[in-house]
Amino acid sequence: MIGIAFALIFFYAPLDADQGFIQKIFYLHVPLAIVSLSGFVFGGLLAIGHLRTGERKWDMRSYVAIHLALIFGFAGLITGSIWAKASWGHWWEWSEPTLVSYLIVLLLFATYQPLRFSIEDPERQARYASVFAIVAGAFVPLNFIAVRAAQKFVHPRILTLGGGNLPGSMRLTFVISLLAIGLLYVTFWKFEMAAKNARGQLRAARRALLGDDAVRPMGRSAAPS
Amino acid sequence: MRTVVTLLRKDLLLELRALETVPAMILFSIVTFVIFHFALNREAIDGQLAAGVLTATLLFASMLAINRLFVAEREQGGFDAFLLAPVERSALLVAKAAALCLFLVVLELIAVPAFDVLLLGPALGPALLGLIAVLALADVALAVIGTLVSAIAVHARAREVIGPVIGLPLLIPALIATARALGPLLAAHTTGTPPSRWIAFLGLYDLVFALLAYAVFDFLLED
Amino acid sequence: MGGQAPAIELRGLSRHFGERTALRNVSVRVAPGATLAVLGRNGAGKSTLLRILATLLRPHAGEVSVLGEPLPKRAFAVRGRLGLLGHEPLLYRDLTGRENLLYHARLHGLPAARVEEVLAAVQMERRAQEPVRLLSRGMVQRLAIGRVVLHRPELLLLDEPRANLDPGASELVEPLIGRRAGATRVLTSHDPKAALAEADLVLALAGGRVAFAGSPDQVSSQQLRELYA
Repeated sequence: MIGIAFALIFFYAPLDADQGFIQKIFYLHVPLAIVSLSGFVFGGLLAIGHLRTGERKWDMRSYVAIHLALIFGFAGLITGSIWAKASWGHWWEWSEPTLVSYLIVLLLFATYQPLRFSIEDPERQARYASVFAIVAGAFVPLNFIAVRAAQKFVHPRILTLGGGNLPGSMRLTFVISLLAIGLLYVTFWKFEMAAKNARGQLRAARRALLGDDAVRPMGRSAAPS
Repeated sequence: MRTVVTLLRKDLLLELRALETVPAMILFSIVTFVIFHFALNREAIDGQLAAGVLTATLLFASMLAINRLFVAEREQGGFDAFLLAPVERSALLVAKAAALCLFLVVLELIAVPAFDVLLLGPALGPALLGLIAVLALADVALAVIGTLVSAIAVHARAREVIGPVIGLPLLIPALIATARALGPLLAAHTTGTPPSRWIAFLGLYDLVFALLAYAVFDFLLED
Repeated sequence: MGGQAPAIELRGLSRHFGERTALRNVSVRVAPGATLAVLGRNGAGKSTLLRILATLLRPHAGEVSVLGEPLPKRAFAVRGRLGLLGHEPLLYRDLTGRENLLYHARLHGLPAARVEEVLAAVQMERRAQEPVRLLSRGMVQRLAIGRVVLHRPELLLLDEPRANLDPGASELVEPLIGRRAGATRVLTSHDPKAALAEADLVLALAGGRVAFAGSPDQVSSQQLRELYA
């Protein structure tokens, strides 16, 4: 999986070598943004699964989805800022509603881990995190509507590159990079899930073999165990 | 329904006895207006600037109430008392949100006139009805999100911090809508009718989050 | 006695908090009207057990049946029929005794007259209009007991009910929460001898597991010593 993702990334890079450095950032930024936002909503859906079934593994999935989406999200924000500087000359642009909504969403989800960390009881931590993920997931679309509506009559839309406006070769590159980033996300997700599951199983095995006391408690943690 | 009334009565009685939350909110708001006067260094403000100042002040004042919303339950064992009763648990959400909403209304009854006197340039007269409508919708938003966030924060360690930290981003769309709706109302030559798009958005926001909060609240209470 | 369904039936009950196991494989059966004494050191799982029976905590494994209803599924149905007296009195300190009991009464759908009845039974009528924070611990405990019996529960869950009560007050509440009350009772006490004296059945917990169980006369002082060692 990882191999395919990286192959795709390296594949598309030569495609737009002639467009200049600036445009390349765009191919990173937008897919990162799209994937991270989808990741947040995906995390919210997984959280619904957790609350409905009561099984901790759904919470684990939700946690990994959101925490990865946050990392991708910050990468998206930084690449967005670089692109803004390159395109318009400022590091930040308030009149671009998409960027602003994106910042707000990231600010919200940045509180996910501190929230988890501040609740000590693991069952409760998982439950509350799921509640948060659901509410925050629903928040994403509402937030975009609000910010977009707030900007509409003040400034013209600067980001005119909607999907339909891209000329052929750029569109292809864009789609491929979107797929690549998406695959990268999924790969990381599976990887982290596997690592956490393995650790959980190891601890359970040690507990079963050596008794409760042989396994030291993990201490306060933001991650589900 | 009876449960909601019982809970609400109890909370209002407690607030009347202790008088901790509402006076603090009022005091905070007035002090903030004074600070804004000096920070902005203007004789009077109007239009979108005034709307922004008023909205932001109300938002931050509400944080005081949000932090204290479940404090009686937490400190005096009230959660168990409620959880042991044969009543529907989401009644607690409705009752607390209603209490918070009432506190905000009382706050506004004093803070808005104060704002008018201290900072606002244009007269409020023609815009009053529109103002009331917008603030009513904003209060519902603050009440719903505030109760939800406060309930989450009850069991968290950094209790006073986590509440606002989660609540403020969640409230940003409502803040945008409120400020934008109030802008034209507080302008010098106002028609007195708030922009319908923002009213509609606030209504949508209130509806979505009220339903969502109602759906997830039970999970916050169970153990 | 033989054909009646048990008031409480636990089979293999387990409950953990994160990685720490609070209760493991606890089983017991309590007949209606009987008194179960739960013994054990602090941290042995007594309060957890009581809270699970009170529907405040969910069981993580095993079967729990209280007053014929399985938990947690039928928790809502059984809540109004049981009463829990824990370490906290569950009274709002800024409200008066009467206001507190009225609040609880309304939550249970009881009329105000019942509140007066209970206040008289615990002899708190004269001080019922003072805020709870002004009352002594003994009075607060009496009010708490009043709160517990307000809705005439069939099952009483009592975590150290005689704490803070002087012998006079203890006598006073006896008909409300003692054997004569007629309810099925589960009680814990720091004084195992006293608990044994009024129990029909004993369950001893150590580290969340059942150390021993049976009728009080089967319990030896040796066992008691080891339990509290």
